[in-house]
Amino acid sequence: MSTVSAPVLEIRDLSVSFPTETGTVSAVDGVSLDLAPGEIVGMVGESGCGKSVTAMSIAGLLPGSARITGSVRLNGTELVGARESALRRVRGQEIAYIFQEPMTSLNPVLTVGRQIGEVLQVHERMSRRAARARAVELLTRVGIPSAAVRVDAYPHQLSGGMRQRVMIAMAVACGPKVLVADEPTTALDVTVQAGILQVLRDLRDRLGTSVLIITHDLGVIADIADRVVVMYAGRVVERAPVDDLFAHPQHHYTAGLLSASPQPGRHAGTDRLTEIPGLVPVLSSQPDACTFADRCPAADARCRDSAPPLEGHGGTDHLAACWHPCSMAHQEANR
Amino acid sequence: MARYLLTRAWQSALTLLLSTIVVFVGVRALPGDPALALAGEDRSPEALEAIRRHYGLDQPLPVQFAQYVERLVQGDFGVSIRTGTPVSSMLTTALPVTVELSVLAILIAAALGVGAGVLAAVRRGRPAEWLANGLALIGLSVPHFWLGLLAILYLSVATGLFPASGFVPFLEDPVDNLHHIVLPAVILGTGLAAIIMRQTRSAMLDSLSSDYVRTAKAKGLRPRAVITRHALRNSLIVVVTVVGLQLGGLISGAVVTEQIFGLPGFGKMTIDAVFQRDYPVIQAVVLLTATAYIVINFFVDLLYSVIDPRIRVTGDPA
Repeated sequence: MSTVSAPVLEIRDLSVSFPTETGTVSAVDGVSLDLAPGEIVGMVGESGCGKSVTAMSIAGLLPGSARITGSVRLNGTELVGARESALRRVRGQEIAYIFQEPMTSLNPVLTVGRQIGEVLQVHERMSRRAARARAVELLTRVGIPSAAVRVDAYPHQLSGGMRQRVMIAMAVACGPKVLVADEPTTALDVTVQAGILQVLRDLRDRLGTSVLIITHDLGVIADIADRVVVMYAGRVVERAPVDDLFAHPQHHYTAGLLSASPQPGRHAGTDRLTEIPGLVPVLSSQPDACTFADRCPAADARCRDSAPPLEGHGGTDHLAACWHPCSMAHQEANR
Repeated sequence: MARYLLTRAWQSALTLLLSTIVVFVGVRALPGDPALALAGEDRSPEALEAIRRHYGLDQPLPVQFAQYVERLVQGDFGVSIRTGTPVSSMLTTALPVTVELSVLAILIAAALGVGAGVLAAVRRGRPAEWLANGLALIGLSVPHFWLGLLAILYLSVATGLFPASGFVPFLEDPVDNLHHIVLPAVILGTGLAAIIMRQTRSAMLDSLSSDYVRTAKAKGLRPRAVITRHALRNSLIVVVTVVGLQLGGLISGAVVTEQIFGLPGFGKMTIDAVFQRDYPVIQAVVLLTATAYIVINFFVDLLYSVIDPRIRVTGDPA
């Protein structure tokens, strides 16, 4: 590990499944992940791969029907199976969330000032008046002009980017140690996106907040993340420092993702992006095999018989769950 | 806002005029003749003619209508054909009874309906929801007149907990007044409570699974704050709409309830008037009901913008 200081958040072997009428569906399968203080980790993968479920399970926000095993430790304190009252103290104060759709994630009938103030009233025992004053400061900090006026606005009176800034102001109100941003820029224009990412970076620099940013947009990852975790069908398939991952992807899924997204220069001369053949497997049928085997160009009998562990390839902090990582395939081809 | 009020006032005036015409023509289209009802034993053509002339019933309909409207705008509802007392004085004694009964019924229905609806949504799939759903089904399917009779039988006659009939004005004895009116109000409110409960439950289920409730939970709020401040606030608009829409039903329910409990309100006055073809009284009652309906719906619309800031009462597009 490149980080020397102890991680703020340690996720170990986290699995989440939901009982359904047709049997248990496994959404997350043995995810492990560390978040160092002040680190920004990007979690990437396509829709339905378990990113959001992982994010929600960190502070126990999944519905009661979810079966969660494994461990989530915040500064050493176990959160999986913790009492609801203990989790409530953690939520909003130590672990805060930003969600994808800022219009629906804000309450339409309360002013933004009230919604920000609420967190402070609950966790810092502030009076309503003090909380409102603090809300103005927070709005200013996340780059909302004339915050003293906007504090009394309702969400529908603000633009999408402004609303997401409000969400961020609300999330960082109590100076959380961990900020979980679930697709924070997906619903926004590209120009607004850059602004939001800048706000997140500023907050990390100023408050030392660790950020787990979840997205399916590799551009966002490249822009903001220090490290990347790639998820596929509920499992972590690759984990690496951001530059390393983009330069030398090890897992064939990661390689497929990269060649499926347009990047200046890379595709010059070729006229098509490469797509990954096949579909994401149904999550209830988690086989004891590599979940990507059916879509993988390098898959063989071994891949279909046993699931590869997440282990080092090319560098100690670059891990991939693959029997035939890209670099090795490259070497084999050269031989 | 001014433009909105102006539009609203104009629409209301038109509605009132139309309802006046419909009722005026409608009661006269009913078979039966008030002169016959009044004449009693002496049914000679001369006597009937004299009665008709006295009440202006011998005039052509348009003339009668013009005279009626002319008196109406001066605040004169006319004189009851049956009793000979001015309709306005009949209204002043009957109206407070009905208003008190209806307001109390709405309050009781809202308290029970919202409470049970929230409980059913929060305790989804558990006994509390089944109980609330079952009670709502009973409240909707059992007619109030029967429920009223049962209540009289068991709560008044058998146990003497409540008076079976009669009314005491509030200003005379507030406690005795409430004692007389609580039972009828509960009976009248049952149907409305059931409807409010069902609507509240489904609105709450929507709100509770919404993104903003997830945000509220992620902020570390207590369940009570999540449910009341976030989910319920957003569900109230449905409740207010339902109450507004159900007012007509409530008024007709009040007519029946008053009859059962012998309350000297609007309902009893209406039924007596219809049976006797007491044109001025029927007209006054319908006009007043229509006015009440319009006024209350206006307040409901104003309330929308208080509950949900996205709804603005302006004449212009927002």
